[in-house]
Amino acid sequence: MAAAMGRDPPGPAEDEAPGAAAAGAAAGREGGGEEGEGRARGGAEAGGCYLALCARPVHFEKANPVNCVFFDEANKQVFAVRSGGATGVVVKGLEDRNPISFRMEDKGEVKCIKFSLGNKILAVQRTLKSVDFLNFIPDSPQLEYTQECKTKNANILGFCWTSSTEIVFITDQGIEFYQVLPEKRSLKLLKNQSINVNWYMYCPESSVILLSTTVLGNVLQPFYFKSGTMAKLSKFEIELPAAPKSSKLSLSERDIAMATIYGQLYVLYLRHHSRTSNSTGAEVVLYHLPREGSCKKTHILKLNRTGKFALNVVDNLVVVHHQDTETSVIFDIKLKGEFDGSTTIHQFVLPPRSIQPYQIPVAGPASVTSQAPVPCKLYSSSWIVFQPDIIISASEGYLWSLQVKLEPVVNLLLDKGKLMDFLLQRKECKMVILSVCSQMLSEPERGSLSVIATVFDKLNNEYKKYLEAEQSYTMVVETGLSRSNPLLKRPVRTQAVIDQSDMYTHVLSVFTEKKEAPHKFTIAVLMEYIRSLNQFQIAVQHYLYELVIKTLVQHNLFYMLHQFLQYHVLSDSKPLACLLLSLESIYPPAHQLSLDMLKRLSTANDEIVEVLLSKHQVLAALRFIRGIGGHDSISARKFLDAAKQAEDEMLFYTIFRFFEQRNQRLRGNPSFTPGEHCEEHVTFFKQVFGEHALMKPTTF
Amino acid sequence: SQANEEKKILFYHPNEVEKNEKIRNVGLCEAIVQFTRTFSPTKPAKSLHTQKNRQFFHEPEENFWMVMVVRNPIIEKHKDGKPVYEYQEEELLDKVYSSVLQQCYSMYKLFNGTFLRAMEDGGVKVLKERLEKFFHRYLQTLHLQSCDLLDVFCGISFFPLDKMTYLKIQSFINRMEESLNIVKYTAFLYNDQLIWSGLEQDDMRILYKYLTTSLFPRHMEPELAGRDSPIRAEMPGNLQHYGRFLTGPLNLNDPETKCRFPKIFVNTDDTYEELHLIVYKAMSAAVCFMIDASIPPTLEFCRKLDSIVGPQLTVLASDICEQYNINKRISGAEKEPQFKFIYFNHMNLAEKSTIHMRKTPSVSLASVHPDLMKILGDINSDFSRVDEDEEIIVKAMSDYWVVGKKSDQRELYVILNQKNVNLIEVNEEVKKLCATQFNNIFFLD
Repeated sequence: MAAAMGRDPPGPAEDEAPGAAAAGAAAGREGGGEEGEGRARGGAEAGGCYLALCARPVHFEKANPVNCVFFDEANKQVFAVRSGGATGVVVKGLEDRNPISFRMEDKGEVKCIKFSLGNKILAVQRTLKSVDFLNFIPDSPQLEYTQECKTKNANILGFCWTSSTEIVFITDQGIEFYQVLPEKRSLKLLKNQSINVNWYMYCPESSVILLSTTVLGNVLQPFYFKSGTMAKLSKFEIELPAAPKSSKLSLSERDIAMATIYGQLYVLYLRHHSRTSNSTGAEVVLYHLPREGSCKKTHILKLNRTGKFALNVVDNLVVVHHQDTETSVIFDIKLKGEFDGSTTIHQFVLPPRSIQPYQIPVAGPASVTSQAPVPCKLYSSSWIVFQPDIIISASEGYLWSLQVKLEPVVNLLLDKGKLMDFLLQRKECKMVILSVCSQMLSEPERGSLSVIATVFDKLNNEYKKYLEAEQSYTMVVETGLSRSNPLLKRPVRTQAVIDQSDMYTHVLSVFTEKKEAPHKFTIAVLMEYIRSLNQFQIAVQHYLYELVIKTLVQHNLFYMLHQFLQYHVLSDSKPLACLLLSLESIYPPAHQLSLDMLKRLSTANDEIVEVLLSKHQVLAALRFIRGIGGHDSISARKFLDAAKQAEDEMLFYTIFRFFEQRNQRLRGNPSFTPGEHCEEHVTFFKQVFGEHALMKPTTF
Repeated sequence: SQANEEKKILFYHPNEVEKNEKIRNVGLCEAIVQFTRTFSPTKPAKSLHTQKNRQFFHEPEENFWMVMVVRNPIIEKHKDGKPVYEYQEEELLDKVYSSVLQQCYSMYKLFNGTFLRAMEDGGVKVLKERLEKFFHRYLQTLHLQSCDLLDVFCGISFFPLDKMTYLKIQSFINRMEESLNIVKYTAFLYNDQLIWSGLEQDDMRILYKYLTTSLFPRHMEPELAGRDSPIRAEMPGNLQHYGRFLTGPLNLNDPETKCRFPKIFVNTDDTYEELHLIVYKAMSAAVCFMIDASIPPTLEFCRKLDSIVGPQLTVLASDICEQYNINKRISGAEKEPQFKFIYFNHMNLAEKSTIHMRKTPSVSLASVHPDLMKILGDINSDFSRVDEDEEIIVKAMSDYWVVGKKSDQRELYVILNQKNVNLIEVNEEVKKLCATQFNNIFFLD
């Protein structure tokens, strides 16, 4: 058999026949093109497809008798090897779009071919006993070199690169960990371990290799690789659905996947429905594999159906494809499930839907106008699925990454609280969340205040977590403790951090301006947001208060505003105090509110004096400044100006006398210095009260 | 003619007074007002001092006059072994009783609407009926001998609360108004103190007076009895919460129960709204829901209200209580204030008194000598004559000092009792009080 796609991939598996490995059934068959039997496309027409194939797939020459295709999960590269490499090898990746092409000597059928990380060294397995190497480093020896496996009589099942120069051979009798020395064109054995291996699996993201051991194959032994070291993690046993009747391999690699979900490594086991158990369908069992400690069964994902399944992990969601119905479901292990004391049971988050219909672009720019794009057959039996998010159609020569679309989710998940829990965990969630917020504030889908409150609380919970992380990071950096903690990283601001400015710009200011909602609702929403921010002890930004005040003023709800200020709901600040002052002409009590606020700020004494002077309360201003002990440094001219404008001669006299006394006290002379620019006031004083009224210098 | 004169009288108390005397008294009042109008067309006389009485005049609506006659206090003296009665002509404070008279009208209007509206509705007959019905009861509740400065202010005592709890209450009110969508206005009180008013200030002022001096005191008994009392046991079905109606249905399980709520009139100057007043209370928290009078609340609505508001208000009330105790502990305000003072802010009608005892069923009693209260009233009259900020310090009898301060729209009255202190020391004491009690407002020293 020419397994066209590298090693046997975990493709769709036959239900209730976990042992009966239809070899090659999952892999793209030579010639491919085996389409499904025109089944009804369940779910596709229902709309709201929340899964999609990426728009720019990798296109490669499809597998055929002279062209073998391989996929490397570590570098996400497809290798098209023509005639054993003699007529060319083309390597295309999802990440780097420039294909690598080269030729190599045809030394027999290629079983496995992979670049090391960074495309430094190419490893090719052609026999069961050895692996050949070819340097791709500039100016290094270009001749191939070979490494045979150390264990006698062992057959190499495959190999994995764990870095740019480190490689692991997996044989049926154990693993061998090598360092490649490209300059010397040789390999150095770093470590090896004897163990009977049925099959293996590699998770490049976490550098963990999983080996299936024992006769039944359900005892899994993980190894962890990091910079020249190999660590044996504790082994664990997968519970099989029913006691196997005979001592034969009962756990197929097609039913196992490894993926990182929310930063943690999980082993996913697709447990098929068995007639003997009373389960309603197949399920995915998640085993958490920590770096230290033992592996534990933590989650069960209920599929509620039987048949052929395939798994992907996209954006921390477990996606389960079902071939029979041509639909997929998603699970989010962070969402609330049913906890039975040891494991959490999850139902799928959204109703099953097909992957969004996909048009295969017709090759060649010339044919664009003449030929209509061909719809791609989804859930084809020739599809092969790789972790975490790769789907390959060997028959058509396409490699896609699977994507989750968030917009359709909004209309499928009607519980807004649950919707937020879901969206907040997604990478590209910000704009969708903001649009959900806008939507729930306006007709026809206006949410109730308690729903709105729940949503705000969920957003601010994330926001607060980020602020706290940021704050403690800043504190560590400022106190210089960061040097003793090199692992300290600035907290990442994900899209789930929706701050006040986001809410203001995209949601609240737009909502208040539309004026379609009754003002009572508008104010209730703004207050609810402020309530939520306060509940999470987040300082409210001035522009939100401004929005509240603007809305209240627009509807003449001054008494309401007054009460809010009375209970300090709108926190004190100079800008807010100034805003209040500007309202005085339409709402006189704003003056008092503003002065109170300035007083509480205790840093706004100059402003208080200005306010009082502007109201010609010159004496009050003077008494205030004296009360806080600032009367020796104030400008006499400013006060005399204000006193003169008040057109109250006695007031002017009092103020004038006060400053004469100050002059006497500070300088021993009651007259003003030229620098004080009070000449006109002295003249005025003399004019009104006579020259003799001026204070005489006291001499001692 | 005599018949015409008699028609002018819409209400007269006491009703037993002989008809001709009524006409004479009313005619005199009319004459006084008309006479003084020639000197001051916009501000005719407000009161008339005589040896035996004080008369107070008030024109709440154009051409409708209310007159109240209060007898001067009498002291009994003995002259040649015979008792002689002496009228104390200077004891009564004009401002106190003219305020009482104005509040009589406000209270009438709250429950009956304007005089003019009654006339429009059914002529003099209807107006007379309404006046009779209202004042017959209301006048009995006036305790004229214990009226003082607080009646001048007719202020509102606000419940001190931290921001977060206040926001929770806001959130509660908004959600309730949403769920019970016929609610037009809501007011929230705790411990007989106001926390939130959806009504405008002037309407709230008189409603607050009604609630705290009439409705709440009437319902004190079951409250104090606690939840295990037989009174509470009579109200079945309330296992989930402590909520109950202070107005409206007594027993929600009785299908025959009446869902009649008092009607109130607000915004009478412009929109003239007639509302049903639903007062619902759980523990110390009381909510007033006001709904348009055109929608009579059904038993079904009352049950819905009870089931929605009851549990949430119960939780909220215990939250407030808890938070209040925490704040009290933090601020160290547990100890009795050393100062006896009355504070009033004309802007928000906030009133605070450490002079008055807790309100008894209908009055609040001052804990200081009436002479001192009278000095407070005199200072207040002085303040109301000028716009400027002022400060007045009075040395009263037996080591008492009375200080009045007016700063912008705020008034503060302090009574100090210290031996051998001088003016400067008194001033220092008051400064200290301002620094501790009023440090977060702008109050000129």
